[in-house]
Amino acid sequence: MSKPDYLLFDRDTKAIFWNLNRNAIQRMLDYDYVIGRDPSIVAVVAPTQNRKFDKFFYGTEEIMIPLYKSTTEAAKDFPEADVLLNFASFRTAYDVTMEALEIPTIRTIAITAEGIPERFARIMRIKGKELGKWIIGPATVGGIAPGAFRIANTGGTIENIINSKLHRPGSVGLVTRSGGLFNELSNVIARNANGIAEGIAIGGDRYPGTDFLDHMLRFEKNPQIKMMVMLGEVGGELEYKVAEAIKDGRITKPVIAWCIGTISKHFGGEVQFGHAGAKAGVERETADAKNAALAEAGAYVPKSFNDLPELINGVYEELHSKGEIPDIQEPEVPPIPEDYDKAKKAGKIRKPTNFICTISDDRGEEATYCGVPISTVVEEGYSIADVIGLLWFKKKFPKWASDFIDMVIKIVADHGPAVSGAHNTKVTARAGKDLMSSIVTGILTIGPRFGGAIDGAANYFKMAKEKGMDPIEFVDYMKKVEKIPIPGIGHRIKSTKNPDKRVELLKDFAKKNFPKTELLDYALEVEKVTTSKKENLILNVDGTIGVLLVDMFRELGYSDAEIDELINAGAFNAFFVLGRTIGFIGHYLDEKRLDMPLYRHPWDDILYNVQCDTQD
Amino acid sequence: MAQRGIREYDGKRILANNWEEYFDGAFEYDFKSILITPQTDLDKIPQQYPWVKETPLVAKPDMLFGKRGKLGLIYFKKEKPGDVTWEDVKQWIKQKMAEEIEINGVKGRLTHFLVEPFVPHKPEEEYYVAITAGEDEDIIYMSAFGGIEVEENWDKVVEVKIPITASDEEIKTIIKQNVPKEIKDKDTFADFVYRLYKLFKDLHFSYLEVNPLVMVGNKVYPLDFVGRLDDTAQFVVGRNWGDVEFPAGFGRDLTPEEKYIKDMDEKSGASLKLTVLNPEGRIWTLVAGGGASVVYADTVADLGYVKELANYGEYSGNPSRAETREYVKTVFDLMTRNKHPQGHKILIIGGAIANFTDVAKTFDGIIDAMKEYADKLREVGIKIYVRRGGPNYEIGLKRIKEAAQQLGIPIEVYGPETHMTEIVRKALQEAEGKVA
Repeated sequence: MSKPDYLLFDRDTKAIFWNLNRNAIQRMLDYDYVIGRDPSIVAVVAPTQNRKFDKFFYGTEEIMIPLYKSTTEAAKDFPEADVLLNFASFRTAYDVTMEALEIPTIRTIAITAEGIPERFARIMRIKGKELGKWIIGPATVGGIAPGAFRIANTGGTIENIINSKLHRPGSVGLVTRSGGLFNELSNVIARNANGIAEGIAIGGDRYPGTDFLDHMLRFEKNPQIKMMVMLGEVGGELEYKVAEAIKDGRITKPVIAWCIGTISKHFGGEVQFGHAGAKAGVERETADAKNAALAEAGAYVPKSFNDLPELINGVYEELHSKGEIPDIQEPEVPPIPEDYDKAKKAGKIRKPTNFICTISDDRGEEATYCGVPISTVVEEGYSIADVIGLLWFKKKFPKWASDFIDMVIKIVADHGPAVSGAHNTKVTARAGKDLMSSIVTGILTIGPRFGGAIDGAANYFKMAKEKGMDPIEFVDYMKKVEKIPIPGIGHRIKSTKNPDKRVELLKDFAKKNFPKTELLDYALEVEKVTTSKKENLILNVDGTIGVLLVDMFRELGYSDAEIDELINAGAFNAFFVLGRTIGFIGHYLDEKRLDMPLYRHPWDDILYNVQCDTQD
Repeated sequence: MAQRGIREYDGKRILANNWEEYFDGAFEYDFKSILITPQTDLDKIPQQYPWVKETPLVAKPDMLFGKRGKLGLIYFKKEKPGDVTWEDVKQWIKQKMAEEIEINGVKGRLTHFLVEPFVPHKPEEEYYVAITAGEDEDIIYMSAFGGIEVEENWDKVVEVKIPITASDEEIKTIIKQNVPKEIKDKDTFADFVYRLYKLFKDLHFSYLEVNPLVMVGNKVYPLDFVGRLDDTAQFVVGRNWGDVEFPAGFGRDLTPEEKYIKDMDEKSGASLKLTVLNPEGRIWTLVAGGGASVVYADTVADLGYVKELANYGEYSGNPSRAETREYVKTVFDLMTRNKHPQGHKILIIGGAIANFTDVAKTFDGIIDAMKEYADKLREVGIKIYVRRGGPNYEIGLKRIKEAAQQLGIPIEVYGPETHMTEIVRKALQEAEGKVA
């Protein structure tokens, strides 16, 4: 990099940002865009992130910035970056700095953390000086070289940056301790002079990595800077070094200085500790003593902070009238694209949505199911069936419906290992696959032949009743027109003499609790016809559930058309899927417990009959 | 906060707790100290520490202030040194706790006392050692003349600078070469100071003084101990410190309101500070930012109204709306307790141009508090002067102005175009005018 030594930052300065602080990084890139330079951040160090890149805006476009696990790695890939913006917490900022000090390509380190132990701060300070590096901070917002480079949040919002003329260089060098007042003084200088050429907030800690004088000596050499403003504070002796430099001629440019904290003399009574160096230092460290020393050395010192603007203006006007400070042509500033969130909040923009959700909402303090907060669901003892009611049908089910759903789920939960879904789950689990893959193979078998009878029964019985077919007519229709067995009729073992207990329970429950059971009654008439032909052609459990679900929804106020929609959407089947998944998970866990080997189907269980036509 | 004083008791306790690691084998320290507070049941002490009945005792206040000998607050003799018993100590402490005293012009009550065995020794066994943190080095002070003699023999105190990046060998050599010539057993003394310095450094002390330090052979008696710790190092060496307390200075106990804000501050990522300077004062401040809050206080004093400055404090670091509301309510509660005899009270809601604090959000917190306290604020009579800049400041200023007007509280509102402290001048001028 071919910038003079007295400059820490120019328009080509590239920085590595330690910590994925998205807001601060975006603010820097916004600044880069406004002043018309390339993005200043080339890499972000984020040890806990597993991603390789993150996206940021540069104007209206998105750019990708690589993420690294360590500063050393980032610096290896970006040797042109000579600035590290150390945004690590007070716990890690010291280690991050010590690592960076050893990296030859890094020259300037800004440390933002507050609360770094003083001993660590002193070590960083000394190491930095020994190695000829520039540490800004700790406990600072950083600084800015207007028109060239902005450290993180320095200068605040883009609007303020432009109002305070921080988007183009002026003629004043600024050094402060505090970050809040740095911003304030930039504004004062923009209003009473022509803005700053470079500004550094050295930070509020007792042992800053570099102090007022270090930067003011740079300012002295920088021809762009014609005058300097320093804002010191009560405590410490750093301001005396500046006074000495003015006296001995190392600083010749006009310095306007003020130390805040003149109040402290009115409220002494702080705890005093015995001897040692502090004895004489106490009076010396007051703001009044330092202000007096600076005035005595030849700095411009106002009577109070309130008079600072006037004094700055006076010095500026004098230099300006002598022609030492030229007039500045204000640059054009491109409009800054507004952030979507902010603009939306302000009611300035709108956009159509891509998705709609009418069942739940996670945007508030607590997620809700159909308007009911989850805590209420728990506190008021909602059952699983009630939750299904809210999320599947957007209804608070009456107790009879909830109890029925609960019963259905219990009844369909499992039907042994031999049925095709459970079998698939077991075979997949034995192949060493995970929970998800294993139960999915089970669920994927659910369809017209396996578990599909609920849908089928509901469909056909409902259709028959709606069309006014009498039971005999319906049985005939299924045989002659549809040419399939009636879904929901028939059982392998159970018969009229040996009734299915599950079916009995469902029927009893419905008879007692449903307001009406019209379709069940119809199905039972059909059963009379079918069982008269063959004993085991009973209304089976799938059929009973199917017709009772139709009855249930009808009593919940759904129209025939709406019920058809539910069936077509798979909502009836969903009860079977949900219930049976409990069983599939059980079979999967059982296999894991048993740790059975890979299953291979025996040859003697397969009829091999390979006859192919392979001749030309 | 960084450097904070600790009690003599805690200093010695830290020394004792880390003795094995730093002094093991080379020196012996028989830690026998009891901290007595107003909550201590004095009658139970002899059960816990049987030695109080077996040995003559010394008692002294343990509340950060020094010069206790000169103040007559070290109790070690009735007729001759070493004749003080536990019963005497009990009486003495009860009596001292009951009376109000004045130290360096500050009035207050003694609440914390240290009780230790009386250690008979010869004046030549008293040494002085202190270590302080300088800028680029630590400074060790050593002298053969400890105790009260150190003041008059300050010219015999040897001052040694240890570069903070010095290696252990370098440190040893520097100390050894600089042991004061009056000290007889130089090697033992140098070894002790080296070990004490290591502890100072590792445990993040910023100041440590043992005076007098009594050394008899390899037995060490730190008769007095003054220490300051860098409290930011809690996360590094908190375990070595143990349960250490950072008390406020004598007579500077926190008011309930100050304590409430301090507790809130400790729980929050934001910074919330409050010190009540004069509860009867006319000028109250609600200032955002550490630097700005100093500037506002300076300006009030510069304009000659320091006696009327009621509080000093700040809120910064983007506090939440609720945090701001609680902070402001605390100030409102204090400022509405009585009327000011000369007219309306002044509330300065000030701040610099924020870097990233959301002004609208924090002002919403102020408005919430204003609404809750509207009746009281009107009754006492206040006028508000606002000056602020930063993210969303236009919205914040507009809202606070509207809210005050609706509540019938007089207000003037300014943005970054007005100099930060200009509102102080305006407020004081106006108040003055009304009085005249």
